[in-house]
Amino acid sequence: MSNGNLPEQIVFRIRRFSPGRDKEPVWKEYRVAYEAGMTVLDGLWRIKESIDPTLAWRASCRMGVCGSCGMLINGSAMLGCNTQISELASSVVSVAPLPNFPIVRDLVPDLQLLFDDHAALSPYIIRADSAEQENPTGEYYQTSKEMETYLQFTYCIKCACCMAACPTCATDALYSGPMALTQAHRYNTDTRDDGFEVRKQVLAGEAGPWRCHFAGECSRVCPKGVDPAKAIQFMKRQLVADALGLRKKRPLAPLLKKPEGIQRRPGIAEAPEPTVG
Amino acid sequence: MVKDRGHPNRLGIWGWFGGGSWGPDRYLYSLHRVTGLGLLLYFLLHIVVTSSRALGQGAWEESMARVSGPVFMLGEYLVFVAFAFHAINGVRLLFAELGYGIGKPIEPIYPYRTCLDDQRPWALGALVLIAALIVVGALDFFVWH
Repeated sequence: MSNGNLPEQIVFRIRRFSPGRDKEPVWKEYRVAYEAGMTVLDGLWRIKESIDPTLAWRASCRMGVCGSCGMLINGSAMLGCNTQISELASSVVSVAPLPNFPIVRDLVPDLQLLFDDHAALSPYIIRADSAEQENPTGEYYQTSKEMETYLQFTYCIKCACCMAACPTCATDALYSGPMALTQAHRYNTDTRDDGFEVRKQVLAGEAGPWRCHFAGECSRVCPKGVDPAKAIQFMKRQLVADALGLRKKRPLAPLLKKPEGIQRRPGIAEAPEPTVG
Repeated sequence: MVKDRGHPNRLGIWGWFGGGSWGPDRYLYSLHRVTGLGLLLYFLLHIVVTSSRALGQGAWEESMARVSGPVFMLGEYLVFVAFAFHAINGVRLLFAELGYGIGKPIEPIYPYRTCLDDQRPWALGALVLIAALIVVGALDFFVWH
């Protein structure tokens, strides 16, 4: 079956690496029959099922949500499941593991560095009222306008495409990278959070945003439109203002009191007991 | 963790120029770094050459004679080109890195708009200005001089 200008067969050039066998990754070619609507991930499955069962990659949801199948496709960091072969407009599809991460095998990068950098920046709400956080009595109140200041940055799926595309990550192993920094900014901006001083310990050092020189590649490749470059530049402004003593202290989101005098309608079951904690 | 037995796969400095299919802003980033390093190298050479004055007038005139001629003139022009790019692009980056000219956080709705779209007119404006300076510089170095 052909589709427009695409031939009946697609040539997959795949960068293979087996840690026990190979010293360096090698390119191998596979020919796969093209079908309309075929994604790069579909092509990899076709190769594994009918040509080479030893081919390894990581994938799960097949719908651009889990962030597992980040790969370097025709030179750009993308999700294999989210990339139609027809949109590549080429009969040759090169697939390599995401650069800047060690290769476990074939197309599987070791993302431990990403998760370590992420964890080092305390990506969660930090407040003084820890008792309230552990056993919440209500919700913190936040306006929709306040939420819009960080909402865009919450859509990150940790696929590591931004880290693979970042030229600073390519040379500097100490740099936290766009994913972790964006998540740090996401929490620094959240009015429910009071952890700026905690995260600043990391952000002010070599791992912080000062290594970013606005190549913008992270924002260009992000499959979810998170725009890490934007978050990092705003973070720099926040840190500069803080260093100059000009950072505006915003009031913390207060606890929203439960409405009083409201009775549950008859016939509506109680919420189940918490299963955690 | 398989860090020890896996292939490191870090692009290194090669990642500034190759290793993938990148956008124009990444090449501006690479050029900014290269021109910065070039200006630093020139600065160091400049100190070496001018410090010969401390060794007397003869040494100074000898150094000046050594760095004259068309090849060095072309080299000086390239330093000017690097300066023009690094200075003007640097001013653009200064504002962008403080969060100006990159838009505000928005709801990501496909096709996604990023800060690069907001920055595009500024980048183009800077490139036009740089090109104009390079042309004026060429006239000054090679025609009016």
